[in-house]
Amino acid sequence: MRVRMKVDGVVYEDEVEPRTLLTHHLRDGLGRVGTPIGCDTSNCGSCTLLVDGESVKSCSVLAVQADGTEITTIQGLAEGSTWHPVQKAFQEHHGLQCGYCTPGMILAAVDLLSHNPDPTEDEVRHGLEGNLCRCTGYQNIVKSVLSAASEMRGDGPLPGSFQDAPAESHETAGASS
Amino acid sequence: MIPAAFDYVAPTSLAEAVSALSEAGEDAKILAGGQSLIPVLRLRLAFPSTLVDLGRVDELRGVREDGDSLVIGAMTRHSEVMDDPLVRQYAGLLAEATATVADPAVRHRGTFGGALAHADPAGDLAAVALALDAELVAEGPGGRRTIAARDFFVNYLETALSPDEILAAVRVPKLEGFWGVRYEKFHRVAQAWAIVGVAAAVRMDGDTPGGSIAEARIGLTNMGATPVRASSVEGALVGAADRAAVQEASSSVAEGTSPPSDLGGQADYRQHLARVLTARAVTAAAGLGG
Amino acid sequence: MTEQLDAGLVAGEIAEHPDALSKPYAGGELGRGRRRKEDAKLVTGQTNWTDNITLPGLLHMTVLRSPMAHARIVSVDVSAALELPGVIAAYSGADLADVQGALPCAWPVTAEMVHPDHPPLAVDEVRYVGDGVAVVVARDRYTAVDALEAIAVEYEQLPAVVDMEAAIAEGADLVHGDKGTNTCFRWPFASGDNYAETVAAAGDDAVVVKRRFRQQRLLPTAIEPRGVVVAPIAAADEYTVYSATQIPHILRVMLALVTGIGEHKIRVIAPDVGGGFGSKLNVYAEEVLALVVAKKLGRPIKWTESRSENYQATIHGRDQIQDIEIAATRDGTLLGLKVELLADMGAYLQLITPGIPILGAFMYPAIYKMKAYDFHCTGVFTTKTPTDAYRGAGRPEATYAIERIMDELAAELGRDPMDLRKQNWIRHEEFPYDMVAGLTYDSGNYEAATEKAEQMFDLAGLRAEQERRRGDNDPMLLGIGISTFTEMCGLAPSRVLGSLSYGAGGWEAAQIRMLPTGKVEVTSGATPHGQGHHTAWSQIVADALGVPFEDVEVVTGDTDSSPKGMDTYGSRSLVVGGIAIHKATGKVLEKAKRIAAHLLEAAEGDVEFSGGTFSVKGSPEATMTIQQVALATFAAHNLPDGMEPTLDSDYVYDPENFSYPHGTHLCAVEIDSETGFTTIRKYVCVDDIGRIVNPVIVEGQVHGGIAQGIAQALYEEAVHDAEGNLTTGSLVDYLVPAAPDLPHFDTGRTETPSTSNPLGVKGVGEAGTIASTPAVMNAIHDALRPFGVRDIAMPATPERVWRALRHDDGTPRDASGTVAYGGPSTNATSGGTS
Repeated sequence: MRVRMKVDGVVYEDEVEPRTLLTHHLRDGLGRVGTPIGCDTSNCGSCTLLVDGESVKSCSVLAVQADGTEITTIQGLAEGSTWHPVQKAFQEHHGLQCGYCTPGMILAAVDLLSHNPDPTEDEVRHGLEGNLCRCTGYQNIVKSVLSAASEMRGDGPLPGSFQDAPAESHETAGASS
Repeated sequence: MIPAAFDYVAPTSLAEAVSALSEAGEDAKILAGGQSLIPVLRLRLAFPSTLVDLGRVDELRGVREDGDSLVIGAMTRHSEVMDDPLVRQYAGLLAEATATVADPAVRHRGTFGGALAHADPAGDLAAVALALDAELVAEGPGGRRTIAARDFFVNYLETALSPDEILAAVRVPKLEGFWGVRYEKFHRVAQAWAIVGVAAAVRMDGDTPGGSIAEARIGLTNMGATPVRASSVEGALVGAADRAAVQEASSSVAEGTSPPSDLGGQADYRQHLARVLTARAVTAAAGLGG
Repeated sequence: MTEQLDAGLVAGEIAEHPDALSKPYAGGELGRGRRRKEDAKLVTGQTNWTDNITLPGLLHMTVLRSPMAHARIVSVDVSAALELPGVIAAYSGADLADVQGALPCAWPVTAEMVHPDHPPLAVDEVRYVGDGVAVVVARDRYTAVDALEAIAVEYEQLPAVVDMEAAIAEGADLVHGDKGTNTCFRWPFASGDNYAETVAAAGDDAVVVKRRFRQQRLLPTAIEPRGVVVAPIAAADEYTVYSATQIPHILRVMLALVTGIGEHKIRVIAPDVGGGFGSKLNVYAEEVLALVVAKKLGRPIKWTESRSENYQATIHGRDQIQDIEIAATRDGTLLGLKVELLADMGAYLQLITPGIPILGAFMYPAIYKMKAYDFHCTGVFTTKTPTDAYRGAGRPEATYAIERIMDELAAELGRDPMDLRKQNWIRHEEFPYDMVAGLTYDSGNYEAATEKAEQMFDLAGLRAEQERRRGDNDPMLLGIGISTFTEMCGLAPSRVLGSLSYGAGGWEAAQIRMLPTGKVEVTSGATPHGQGHHTAWSQIVADALGVPFEDVEVVTGDTDSSPKGMDTYGSRSLVVGGIAIHKATGKVLEKAKRIAAHLLEAAEGDVEFSGGTFSVKGSPEATMTIQQVALATFAAHNLPDGMEPTLDSDYVYDPENFSYPHGTHLCAVEIDSETGFTTIRKYVCVDDIGRIVNPVIVEGQVHGGIAQGIAQALYEEAVHDAEGNLTTGSLVDYLVPAAPDLPHFDTGRTETPSTSNPLGVKGVGEAGTIASTPAVMNAIHDALRPFGVRDIAMPATPERVWRALRHDDGTPRDASGTVAYGGPSTNATSGGTS
C-alpha cells in the first residue's frame, strides 16, 4: 500500500506491506534509525515518537495507520543545532546512561509537558509510566523533565547537576552528599 | 517480532466498514486502536486474513449528548474520553478509570470501543460500562441493534457481537445529581493490568455529600471471565452512612465470583482484595472519609 | 620556544589556526561533575546501535527456537522454508554441526566439573525453551521471520527438569542423559576455624540461627536486546563482527577458538550498546551462528533479538537456594557462618555460569569479624535458560543472605539490628583487615558511612514513630530496613582469578596517543555500555597530562583501534581500566620530561611538571607546555640521541587487590496490611567508593543499582511452569518497575580512599544493586516481625505479604509477637529453618 507521511519535516511516499510496523518503516524503509525498538508488547516505550504531536509507541502502530500524518522522531526534535529544552535537560541532569530508552523517554516527556506544563514530581513519574529505563532508576530523568518544564515555562532551568567550575583540589575535597 | 501478512482495508464510513467486514470473511479482524491487537499479531498469536481499520471512520469518533445519555463513538481514544468535558461531568467514573488504562502513549491510540469489544476482564473499562448501565450500539449487515452492557460480555474475550458486526458507539446514561465516583485499581506496577479493580459510583441522599448512600453502582474488574456487576452489594449499601456500614455491606462482594488464579494472584486473594477495594472505593466515592 | 617548533608545515598551519592549539589546563578535573561526552549523540538519536547498522547486500538471520523444555530432535525439515521467495538459506543444527563448534565456558570451577557440549544450534536434543534448532537467512527481516513458520521439526518430548532440589534427588530425570547426573559441580570452601568445632566450643553460650533464602531467577532486561552483524570478506577469510556486547575483546578470542577462524582475521566492534548488566558479558549462539553463516554464504548477516527471544535466549540471573546458619555468643559476638548453596546453572554452561556462586562465596562474611566460615556450593543443571552474570553476580545473593540473617539473629537475641552490626563489623582503625574468607580488605570506614546515613534517614525518629504506631495498631505497618555491605569488585588480580580456575586474567589495557597538535587519543580495553567511560577517562587524562578535558578523545569497543582489553563487568572499569590509563599517562610524562629537559637545555632533575607545563627550577622563563613537547616530538628535529620520536605509551595494569566499596543503606516501607502492598517511603544510602572521578556519574550508577535491587525485592521474578515454560515471557508479566513504582533516593557519600591503587578509587557499578535488596526486605520483615513472620520469599508481592499476615486457616495473625529492640532476649536458642 502507498503511504505518505512527513517525518521530521520531510515528506516521504512509499509502498509498504500492510503489516509493516511504523517503527520498521521509519528504520528500515526511511533510514530514520534514531528510534530504537525494545520490546514486542508495547511496554518499554523505547520506540515512542510523536504522531501529529501526540506520543505513540511506533512498534504498535502500522505504517498504513500513519498514512497522512506528521511524525516527529528524536532526530527531528532539535531546531537545527539548537536542542529542545528536554534534550538539553537530559544532559544537564544526567537523565540518561546507555541512552537506549532516551529517545522514547524524551518524546514522552515532550508530550507530557505539552499537556501539563507545570507538573509535580509525581505527575512526571506517572506521565512517564509507559517508558522503561534500566539504567537510571528514573530519578535523574524526573529531574530532567522538571527542569525542562521550568525552562519551557520561562522560569529558567533548575540548577544543573554538573559543575561548570573545576572541582576543589582533590586532596581537600571532603565527603559530599 | 513481526506480524504475519494480512490484507488491509481502511473504510471511511461505517456503512463501508460493515460491508468491508462482511466481504473479508470470517478470518477478518477489526483494527481499532490496535494497542492490544498489534502486540498479539507481533507475537503471532493471531493470524487474521484481513484487518478492517476503523481509524478513518470519522463518524465513530467523539462524544455527544443525546437526552439522558452520552453517546461515545467507539473509536474515541482513551485520551479523548478522559479529558472530555461531557464525560467528566456526566460519567466521571469513566474518566477516572480511563486515566488508569496503560500509559499516555497507549491512551493516545487505544479506543473506548476497542477496549470493550476486546472484552478482556482485566481491562478497566468493561466493569465501568457495566456499572454505568451502558448500552452498546452495534452495526451489522442486518442493521443496528443495541445491547445492554450486562448482555454484552459473554465470556473471556467474547462478546455478544456477531462476527459481522461492528461496535459503533456506547451510550452511557448520565449520572444526574450528586454522584461520587472512584475507580480503585490494584496492580503491582504502574503499567501492569489490574489484579482486581473496583468501579464505584454512589448517589448520596439529598444529593449532597455526607449523609447516607441512596444508590450505588459497583463493577468489578478481573473477578471472573467477564466483568462483574455486584448488584447485591449495591442493594446492601443503600442507607450506609459510615465506613463501618460500607465495610459490612462490601463484605459479600466476592460471593459467587470465580476470579482467575494466575501470576497476579490466587482466587482467594482476589476475592479478599475485592472486599477491601470495594469498601475503599465506596467510602471514597461517598466522601465518608479516609 | 625553540626555533624548530616554528618551522615546518604543521607548525605553520597551527600558527594560522591558533585555536588548534590547546587552552591551558584549568585544573580540578578529578572529582568534577563533567557533562558527559556521550550524551550529544544519545539525546539527538545519532546513535549506532547494532540494529542500526546496514551494509550493502545485508541479509537477515532468524532463529527457530524450541517450544519445549526438553525433547529429542527426531527431524528438522527446512525445505519448505527454502522455497519461500527471498529466503537465501536455512540450516538445522545437523547442517551446521561440522562448523558451529561449541559455546565456551571459561570458568571450570573444579577439575571434575561436568561440562556438557553446548552446540549453538541443538543437534540431538533441545534442553530449554528457546534453545535454537534452526536458522533462516533471508533478504529482509519480515521474510526471515515468516520462513521460521515453514520449518517442520519433529520432537520426542523428554521430561523437563525444573526444580533444583528434585534435580539432585535420587532417580531424577536427567538434563544431560550421557552425564549420569544433574550435579554440575560441588565446591567446598572452609576458611578460618572449623565451624562446627567453634560452635561446639561455645557450648550453651552459642546462639545459632538458620534460614533458607531463595534468590529468585531474574531476567536482566537491558533495554536494548542483543544483536549481531557480521561483515565477511570471505575470499580473505576476514570478518568484522558488530555485536551488542560488553566484551568485544573476549568475544574475539572466543569466536576464534569456537570457529577455528584465525583470531587475527576477526575484528569485533561493540558499537553503541544499550545496557548490559552482565547479560552481554557472554559468548552467544547467535554470534557464532551469524559468523559461520556469513562465512558459508559470503554475505553480510544481521540478527536482531526480539524481547521475547531475549527472555528465552539471553542468560538469566540469580536462581539460588541458600541455607545459611549463623552462630554467635549470647552477647552478640559472631562466631561463624555456614552456607549451603544450590545454584541453578540452567541447561548449559555459558561463559562464566559456574563461577557466579563462587564469586559470592567470598562475600558472605561481608563486613563482619568472625572466626569460622564453612561454604559449600552445588551447581545444578535444569532444563531452563542458562544463568550467568547479572549485576552483582553472586555478591548480591551473598549480601542478601548475611544481611537478612543478621536481622534474624538480632531478633533472636532481642538486639537492635544496627547495634548488632556495629558490635561485629571491622572498625576503621583495623584496616587492612584479613577476612575469614581469605580476602584482605584494604580500607573502609563503616562507622562514618553509617553515622551519616543514620542522620540523613532520621533513624531514631522513625523508630520512635514505629513504636507509637505499633501501639496504636496502625493498619499501615512501618518497617525499617538496614543493609550494610561491602563487595569485592574491580575484577580482578590475575593470579587470584587463576587460583579460582578462571580461564583468563583480570588486567586491563590502555594506550595514550599524543597527537601533533597536542590533542590526546586514549584507547581503553574497558568497553562502555552506558557508564560514561569516555567522560571519566577524559577527566583522568586531563588531570594527569594537564590538557583540557575537551582535548581528550577516548576510543573504545573496536579490536582494531583498541586492540587489547578485558572489557567491562564486575565494577572493574575505573579501578582496573582507569588505573591503566593513569599509569599510561605516567609513561607519557616521563618521556615528555626528558624531551622538555633536552629542549630547554636543562638537567632532567631540574625540570618540573605542573598544570600541563614543564618548567626549569630557578629559570622562570624556561617553560614548555606538554602540547609544545608533543609537537616537537612529532617534528623530531631535535630529540635526545637515539630516542624514538613518539610520546605514545601503553600500559597493561593488573590490579594487586580487589577494591572494596562499602556503604549503609536504610529503607523505610509502609505496608498496607489489608492488601499486602508495600510502598517505599524513604530510601537513604551513603556509599563509600573511595576517591571520585565524576560525582554525577557516580550518583547515576548508585540510583540505577538501587532500582534494580528494589526490583528484585518487590517486583521481578522469572517463573517457570512444571513443563519448563517461562510464564513471565514478556514485559507484560515480568514486572520491570517504571518511574511511578520507585521512590526518590537520598544519596550521600563518604570517601575512604582505596589503598590498593594510585587514584584511591573503588568500583561503583554494582554497589547499589548489592545493598538495596536486603535493605528493602529487611524493612518488610521489620514491619511484619511482630506478627511472627519469619521469612517472605522475593519478590515480596502483595499477595505473599498478605498471606504471611494470615494463619494457614486464613485468619489474620495478631501482633502479639512484638519484639522490643534492646529488650530481654527471648528464648534465644537455635531457630529452625522456615
